[in-house]
Amino acid sequence: MDVVIPWLPSMARGLQTTLWLATVVLVSSSLIGAIGGLAIVNGPRPVRWFLRGYVDIVRGIPILVLLFTVYFGSSAFGSGLDQGQAAIVALSIFAGAHMTEIVRGGIGSLPRATVEAAEVIGLTSVQRLRLVVAPLVLPRILPPWVNTAVEIVKATSLASLIGVIDLLYATNSAIGTAKHPIAFYLTAAAIYFVIGAGLSRAGALAERHYRYHEY
Amino acid sequence: MIEIEQLHKSFGAAEVLRGIDMSVDRDRVVAILGPSGSGKSTLLRCVAALEEYQSGQVLIDGELIGYRTGDGDSTRRRLGDRDLARQRGNIGMVFQSYNLFPHLTALQNVMLGLVHVRRLPKPEAREVALQWLERVGLRGREDAHPFQLSGGQQQRVAIARAAATQPKVLLLDEVTSALDPELVGEVLTVIKDLAESGVTMIIVTHEVLFARDVAHEVVFMDEGRVVERGNPRDVLTAPQTERMRAFLRRYASNPAAS
Repeated sequence: MDVVIPWLPSMARGLQTTLWLATVVLVSSSLIGAIGGLAIVNGPRPVRWFLRGYVDIVRGIPILVLLFTVYFGSSAFGSGLDQGQAAIVALSIFAGAHMTEIVRGGIGSLPRATVEAAEVIGLTSVQRLRLVVAPLVLPRILPPWVNTAVEIVKATSLASLIGVIDLLYATNSAIGTAKHPIAFYLTAAAIYFVIGAGLSRAGALAERHYRYHEY
Repeated sequence: MIEIEQLHKSFGAAEVLRGIDMSVDRDRVVAILGPSGSGKSTLLRCVAALEEYQSGQVLIDGELIGYRTGDGDSTRRRLGDRDLARQRGNIGMVFQSYNLFPHLTALQNVMLGLVHVRRLPKPEAREVALQWLERVGLRGREDAHPFQLSGGQQQRVAIARAAATQPKVLLLDEVTSALDPELVGEVLTVIKDLAESGVTMIIVTHEVLFARDVAHEVVFMDEGRVVERGNPRDVLTAPQTERMRAFLRRYASNPAAS
């Protein structure tokens, strides 16, 4: 493994890009999911159809195809997106569809009667969302949300294929010069694993805080 | 104070309410009896603005519930979110399945409407909520979550939650039907206490004896129509229609149900 050590600084810079990309995509896809999930449940019919189509189409397309389409397709419009922008857009579209489905499922799993109880007390729709729906849905969707976060971290590695210098790209560069692919890939795998396992662990701890949906 | 006039309600092709007329004066208690599927619950849900209806009207203190008036049934418009919320703030409803908010304690369940609908300051809302929990016999359990309470206790919290905001009318929809028999009594006691303190109520129930004790008027519904109504003693001891006699016979042969 000594062969890896000189390359750790460049891999660390790649890791920074990976983490930054994953964070941006996690935030944007969560926003897409929150808005999309609410709209697919409560929105007017055309909006629901559009979102249904978005979710079903995106979930049926390989991420890599989506990424290439966005990156190479965007150059048809003026200067196009750079590698980083294309990765953010493509991964957000991809993860946003999953998040939309997660939020939709979470809201759908609420008993209709609980929502009616909130209606009949005289809460407006915004109050119901804030005081009843969100506090009940958020803990329910925490496990699939963490799952998707882990998927996002792993999916960022695809961005190396359009030239984003992330952890995988940095690893490949190192191998190009230093050889010993197994040592480098195992190192990269360990780093991805630590991030993913750390997220899952944090999610499990957070889940324990919410005991009230054990009713 | 509550006027229901020629109320018609269908779910698709199924007509559930076929022209209901009913009025409830202030501080009066009306019990609605009737077999399953007779439209009792749907009627309550129309009064609570939880269901849309095709024609007729529900008025509370002269205000049309659920709609903005047009030239007639065909031109009226369903009220928007804020107006519906405002109207529902004057209506309290208790459900068969309690429907407490599982993420809130008993106290928080009762406080929610006081703080966010009645806009009471929190300390005051807390005081009012505690008084209501005391009244339904749950002082000391205010910090329990619903899953830590028995069905009877949950239902009493639900009654406190609905009554605490002092709605113009309290609607009770088969509130003891989901309870174990030994828990029914504690809930009925609370309702009786409310009725005697002068709260306007419409109670849908299967508890014939309870209806006789607590109601000023009994209404018997069948197949979406009001079949009989009147003073509880008259209606329950000398029913005029065969349908109501048949209904009461079923209860007489099944004492556990009363």
